[in-house]
Amino acid sequence: MSGKLSTRERLSIPRQRIPEQPPEARASNFAEVNLGFTEQLALLEAQRCLQCKDPKCVRGCPVGVNIPRFLQLLTEGKVAEAAQSLLCDNALPAVTGRVCPQETQCEAECVRAAKGEPVAIGYLERYVADWARTHAERLPIEKAPPTGKRIAIVGSGPSGLTAAGELARRGHEVTIYEALHKPGGVLVYGIPEFRLPKKIVEQEVERLRRLGVRIECNVVIGRTWTLPELRARFDAVYIANGAGLPLFLNIPGENLKGVYSANEYLTRVNLMAAWQFPRNDTPVLHGQRVAVIGGGNVALDAVRTARRLGAQEAMIVYRRTKAEMPARAEEIHHAEDEGVRFHFLTAPVEILGNEKRWVTGLKCIRMEPGAPDETGRARPVPVPGSEFVLPCDIVVVAIGTRANPLLTSTCPELKLNRWGNIVVDENGMTSLPGVFAGGDIVRGAATVILAMGDGKRAAQAIDAWLRGELKPAEAQTPAPTG
Amino acid sequence: MHAVLARRQLNPDVTRLDVEAPRIAQIRQPGQFVIVRRAETSERIPLTIADADPVRGSIALVIQAVGKSTRELVALQPGEAILDIAGPLGRPTELIPSGHAVCVGGGVGTAVVHPIAQGLHARGVRVTSIIGGRSREWVIFEEELRRLGAVIVCTDDGSYGRKGFVTVALGDVLAGGGVDAVYAVGPVPMMRAVAALTRPLGVRTIVSLNPIMIDGTGMCGGCRVSVGGEMKFACVDGPEFDGHRVDYDELQDRLATYRQYELEALRCAETQCRLGPHLTNLPAAEGAHSAAKPAEPAVVP
Repeated sequence: MSGKLSTRERLSIPRQRIPEQPPEARASNFAEVNLGFTEQLALLEAQRCLQCKDPKCVRGCPVGVNIPRFLQLLTEGKVAEAAQSLLCDNALPAVTGRVCPQETQCEAECVRAAKGEPVAIGYLERYVADWARTHAERLPIEKAPPTGKRIAIVGSGPSGLTAAGELARRGHEVTIYEALHKPGGVLVYGIPEFRLPKKIVEQEVERLRRLGVRIECNVVIGRTWTLPELRARFDAVYIANGAGLPLFLNIPGENLKGVYSANEYLTRVNLMAAWQFPRNDTPVLHGQRVAVIGGGNVALDAVRTARRLGAQEAMIVYRRTKAEMPARAEEIHHAEDEGVRFHFLTAPVEILGNEKRWVTGLKCIRMEPGAPDETGRARPVPVPGSEFVLPCDIVVVAIGTRANPLLTSTCPELKLNRWGNIVVDENGMTSLPGVFAGGDIVRGAATVILAMGDGKRAAQAIDAWLRGELKPAEAQTPAPTG
Repeated sequence: MHAVLARRQLNPDVTRLDVEAPRIAQIRQPGQFVIVRRAETSERIPLTIADADPVRGSIALVIQAVGKSTRELVALQPGEAILDIAGPLGRPTELIPSGHAVCVGGGVGTAVVHPIAQGLHARGVRVTSIIGGRSREWVIFEEELRRLGAVIVCTDDGSYGRKGFVTVALGDVLAGGGVDAVYAVGPVPMMRAVAALTRPLGVRTIVSLNPIMIDGTGMCGGCRVSVGGEMKFACVDGPEFDGHRVDYDELQDRLATYRQYELEALRCAETQCRLGPHLTNLPAAEGAHSAAKPAEPAVVP
């Protein structure tokens, strides 16, 4: 395979489609939807990269993956080197290759997007990362000599894992504390198997363990150990304990049986494998008609899960329009293919129940786009008198989360904003010297890759701090919300 | 892994396990609980820490065998182990600083009341415990509570102590006056009845709630309860709340959410025991929210 194609030749190659399970089959199983590029498709797609001198795609990546470099190595048939290059920039490429919103990040910046379709960077990242997962023995572990410095990381989600990888490679001794019984955070409790197989998370975690990262599960920082105790035992601390408490709508009927937060619904199915009940002991209610409230990735994960659990009618109820859904484009497309129904410009006003307090329906009101709000999107305005009832037996509330006070309430010196999120400076340092924070506990609910970007930046800052090159600043500016 | 160090059957339904958990044993406070997952396929279930031995590094879990998960837990023998224990979780009990407290325990709730009584006693509060059971053999933790103050035992059939519910005895104690707080843990109807007794007297009443819970860290919201019309999460805001403000009807109703599934899990476990895995393709349970059939034939884990 030659890497020396002319630009004209490269331009003539159309974007390759990723093989996927047919919608009718996948709507009733939990196996991964996308099947991944074959070697042939991957090499062909990689050749579409024009190897720009000033690659804009890299700037579009929150962790700054050197995209042209790993694609060039791939076209040269040097897949091990491509993997090494990718892993150097991104601690969890098999994850991000599957869950990143590439269409608003790297692929949005790709020059080929201006006239046609961008290079399928996400699918290629996934291909190389999957090769790396299955050929671990061919990838040497590169690690700096031990520094003798000890770092505690709170939370083993994408942010914590990324920071752990970066710090371990720099020779620091890293211990991650995870509250749940399995490492991975949202990657194991939140994102479903059909989008991110749990085996992949396990393998990515295993790679970090080989780097020397220790992970202690069932340790709840704020309860089992307090933050001051961690500070006393470690040279630095990185807090990445995640999103936290689910928000509810504050409408009547939310405590009826059959109403879930998306966190609970997904945790039952993903972390506790309730879809395999009774082989696994944790149950989840199976509804015939499931209404999921919200328009983000979590809402789509929930509604597609409901479909796979046998719901004949799996519905999204979203108060804005399709164009304003924050979910990844591919997930919306996949959900449509799987027969998910979308009720746009629809807002819930009450959850209805029967005399036994089981959910029977969702009373909604139609909305219309009004004047733009502070996010620039049209503010949805209720249409008077347009109330109607969507019959359903399960309601899943997927409208976001608020900061979990479990850790922060046990350390009053830690500066928080008015929503309870931890305030950090541009280096990710909190108001406590040597204590850094990132991911959703700083941003409020965001994405896997932004959390990873925080982890990477924090790791660099922690490394500088430990070498005495970073001084604590007045913590005030929150991290940029890419 | 957390080794089971000792096992004692307290009555036909209730078993005490002393399990290794050194850190939790060191720092647990009255009212706190742990989340326990026995094995890889098990549920995560919340259990109050009934006692702790910081020297041995063990905590006591008192478990009522109700469903499949709890039956499997109480079947554990010394030398066997629990896979995961996380904690201590929940806010510690708000102990009154001085005066006279009445601790009311019903059934397995008596084990939950025990650490509260311990905490009160340790700070010099006078403790009267009122504990109940169906009959003599169902009364637990009597000896332990006697070390902390007066104990009034009540049995439904009068086979031991006073005949009748704990609330009758509580009424008598309250009538004597001088009660500064009541701590009540037991079945929902008992806690509701205790709160109904103390409300008109204005006696501060704290109850410990046991809603369905998964993570125990505030993440899932499954344990939400209504307290004074506000939504609270028992795992992080509780598990103890002002007994006069709890919506007991809702709590009791939500506890029944998975009843069909619990029955099915039990039936399935029993079928597997007797007949092997090939006969586990179960009919769906009745009701609007029937448990679906397993996606694939269930196998013995």
